[in-house]
Amino acid sequence: MNGFDFTLAGARLTALGSGALWWPEQQALCVSDLHLGKSERHARRGGSALPPYETQDTLSRLAAVLDGTNAKTVLSLGDSFDDDDASHALPKAEQNLLASLMQGRRWIWVEGNHDPSPAVFGGEHAAELKLGPLVFRHIAVPQAAAEVSGHYHPKARVRGTSRPAFLLDQHRLILPAFGTYTGGLRSTDPVLTELMEPNALALLTGPRPTAVPMPR
Amino acid sequence: MSQLPGIITDWFASKGWSIHPHQHVMLEQASAPCTLLIAPTGGGKTMAGFLPTLAELAEGSQDGLHTLYVSPLKALAADIKRNLRAPVEEMGLPIRIDDRTGDTPASRKKRQRADPPHILLTTPESLALLTSYEDAARTFKGLKRIVVDEIHALAESKRGDQLMLALARLQTLCPGLRRVGLSATVDDPQAIAGYLACHPDPCDIVQADPGPAPDIRMLETGNAPPWAGGGAAYAIPAVMEQIKAHRTTLIFHNTRAQAEIFFHNLWLANEDALPIGIHHGSLDRVQRERVEAAMVRGELRAIVCTGSLDLGIDWGDVDLVIQIGAPKNVKRLVQRIGRANHRYNAPSKALLVPANRFEVVECRAALEAVREGDLDGDPRGPGPRDVLCQHILIAACAGPFDADELYTEMTQAGAYAGLSRPAFDACLEFCATGGYALKAYDQWQRLLQRPDGRWQLRDPRATQRIRMNLGTIQDADLMKVRLKRSRGGKPLGEIEEAFAATLTPGDTFLIGGQTVRYEGLREMTVEVSRNPGKKPKIAVFSGTKFATSTQLSTRILEMFKQDSWPALPRHTADWLELQREVSELPRAGSLLIESFPHDSREHTCIYGFAGRNAQQTLGLLLTKRMEELGLDPLGFVATDYATLIWGLEALADPAPLFELHALRDGLDGWLAGNAVMKRAFRGAATIAGLIERNTPGARKNGRQATFSSDILYDTLRKYDPDHLLMDITREEALRGLVDFGRIEDMIARIRGRITLKRLERISPLAAPLLLEVGKVPVKGAAEEKLLQREAEALMQQSGLAGLAQ
Repeated sequence: MNGFDFTLAGARLTALGSGALWWPEQQALCVSDLHLGKSERHARRGGSALPPYETQDTLSRLAAVLDGTNAKTVLSLGDSFDDDDASHALPKAEQNLLASLMQGRRWIWVEGNHDPSPAVFGGEHAAELKLGPLVFRHIAVPQAAAEVSGHYHPKARVRGTSRPAFLLDQHRLILPAFGTYTGGLRSTDPVLTELMEPNALALLTGPRPTAVPMPR
Repeated sequence: MSQLPGIITDWFASKGWSIHPHQHVMLEQASAPCTLLIAPTGGGKTMAGFLPTLAELAEGSQDGLHTLYVSPLKALAADIKRNLRAPVEEMGLPIRIDDRTGDTPASRKKRQRADPPHILLTTPESLALLTSYEDAARTFKGLKRIVVDEIHALAESKRGDQLMLALARLQTLCPGLRRVGLSATVDDPQAIAGYLACHPDPCDIVQADPGPAPDIRMLETGNAPPWAGGGAAYAIPAVMEQIKAHRTTLIFHNTRAQAEIFFHNLWLANEDALPIGIHHGSLDRVQRERVEAAMVRGELRAIVCTGSLDLGIDWGDVDLVIQIGAPKNVKRLVQRIGRANHRYNAPSKALLVPANRFEVVECRAALEAVREGDLDGDPRGPGPRDVLCQHILIAACAGPFDADELYTEMTQAGAYAGLSRPAFDACLEFCATGGYALKAYDQWQRLLQRPDGRWQLRDPRATQRIRMNLGTIQDADLMKVRLKRSRGGKPLGEIEEAFAATLTPGDTFLIGGQTVRYEGLREMTVEVSRNPGKKPKIAVFSGTKFATSTQLSTRILEMFKQDSWPALPRHTADWLELQREVSELPRAGSLLIESFPHDSREHTCIYGFAGRNAQQTLGLLLTKRMEELGLDPLGFVATDYATLIWGLEALADPAPLFELHALRDGLDGWLAGNAVMKRAFRGAATIAGLIERNTPGARKNGRQATFSSDILYDTLRKYDPDHLLMDITREEALRGLVDFGRIEDMIARIRGRITLKRLERISPLAAPLLLEVGKVPVKGAAEEKLLQREAEALMQQSGLAGLAQ
């Protein structure tokens, strides 16, 4: 598998090049910040009409990862929809694609700040979730331990190119955004440098996930 | 109206001035629907444009706006206001004059809409904005004349296209509107006339006496120019002597980076501490204005500058123009020379300073072209459709519109005369729904068609967003540079974001002639401190790199045909002789390729003479083909006349590389994902209104507010490759940054005649390319490998390597 293996609170995890997190022992896949329906929300709020293909693109990439891992459980770690209305407004074809991905799997929607109560697509809803030694929530809590979160869309710059990245230290893991139209926050931002321990790593996504000391 | 009121002729007489012949002609022409005046700098062009207006307004019966004056520069509008108000006051004419630009306070702008002056001085963007208001018809009521200044410069850019669409709008509001264009010397006056006129009306052309021929020469220096490079440092002492021998010298450069380096070196040699300034587009506005003011007061002996001084303002007593580096384009050279000696009927004096030996040849060719009056210019294609999209949105801001009427109106702009109805409809569709292949968006469209068939904005609040994003000027991602707050926070100018990203604290770079130390980022501003000590890095500025014109390239190839070169300096003639001995000189009817080993790598040099952009594209396409053929290319570098590729294997058979259809395939596949295309897309998408630079109440950190245009481009390429914006992007890139047209011309010119010269070592003509900056590595699997290596090294250094598992 194209991934970077590491351990967090005793759980053996793999950061995938796509930006998804794979937990072999639990057969669980975790993705964060899908922001489905973003172009629709943008248009609805009076902005220009962005190419309305990002939901299709995000779901297609997710389908490819699910094919590769054959995950039994999927955790969507918040901001799965760009807002609650966007979840209602997904076009039929995309609803069907999503339904086919959920088919036969345990699927957990963790609440995010964009989508505190998304529409019913089946699956379970949770403000946060404990699984084995780990706790999954959308926004990291400063004093927490064994925590997996998203929200910040971290990215890191090495050799002049910037890529979405996982941020990892002894206490927590922050996932990059999986959605197609999602900007990023540089790892050098004070919010992230204060949250992460001094010896934190950035795991760069891409064809071969690669660890570097988190650029500060 | 051929008779001037006595009040005006008396004023001229009291000043001891006479009216120029072309100013008389403009008065006689006053009632013509469209007139283009071509006059050299200093020919009283602006007065010629305004005299008919003053004559018509003298009696005082005009109510409201009479004449609009549009210039490409805000500063020019302000300057004209001063220069026009003074005589109007002295003559005691009942004429109100005001300007309106981005710098005008909102309260005054509001007043101008309700109670416009007789003469309004403005810019294309401010005019477009004025036409977007619901009360435009009232504001422009009674408008008789429009004067477009520096139309030769506007006609080369999208700003001109936007202006002409706005004029079409005004022509509908004021059917009797008369147009006047003021232009510097150009190669094809007819093309500008067609651009200015309300299609299909004719446009009269008035040619002023061009004045005496310029006194233009190559600067003679004690030492020969170097083989390569663009700094012209060798010429500093000779340039210094020229500055001392003249009152005021303008020293033009082709790029901002070169201007900075030259200015730096000039100061090191400025033993007499002569007052010398620098002026270019990346410097802070306050700094530029200070230099301009000092210039007008006659306090400066020289200004090192770029195209930022190509236009307009009267700089007083310039008696010498120096052009550093090959001029690249004869027309622009002639216009620059005109900056010297603003007095009509005195010859302008100019010196060319080649920066290297190849540029000696280029300068020679340019001198001959100037002498023969052979100006170059590539015909501009049809009006760009991204500007059209923006104009549709502007029309919608002003109120509901009828598509048939808008189409008819827009095709009255010369650049859009050939616009087909389906092409217009595609732009309208894009503005209304985004124009996507799948119609998921109908319920959220931007424009709606009403029951009466007219189009209107779905949400009237959208007008604010559209107006905020109006305009066609593309700023690269620039970041402001200022001194650290504790040291006063003085703004210095701007650098490209990409350059800023390469800086680490402690790095030094040149800006505005001073060396500064990078301290850090603060709220999207680069903070620096003064640090004159270390050798600086060179900032990358977004100034355009012009490609040598086709006409000039042809002249150079003609010169290569000569048996000997008595007109060239000895050092350069010897250099060409040597090239002919060891290889051959490139010729127009065939393509010369040299192949030689150098520094344990195989090199291939292709002398296409197609201009920098096309040679760069050729480098991208050829290295891709060479990779497929197993020739292991490692990198390339391009100049205006050649592309040099290095790699592991020698090229034995060049023919398959130059099949046009194979190059075209490469263009569609390989180049489509290239950064050049993404840059073209970003420009088109911003102008057409897909990407908004400014949003009301946008949050400062911009994380949620901005969309990566690269991702939008990739998404469209994948799911909707025939989308209107992709089509516009291809069209723009092919004739601009990618310049595939000139590659096609070259292949047509050589018609399969390729000469491959295998040499034992590097040739005289190829040697300068090794020293060119801007080498492009060929990225493939190698990039991932380098990243892995760097990451491992970082992990080892930081001692984190053991922690990862």
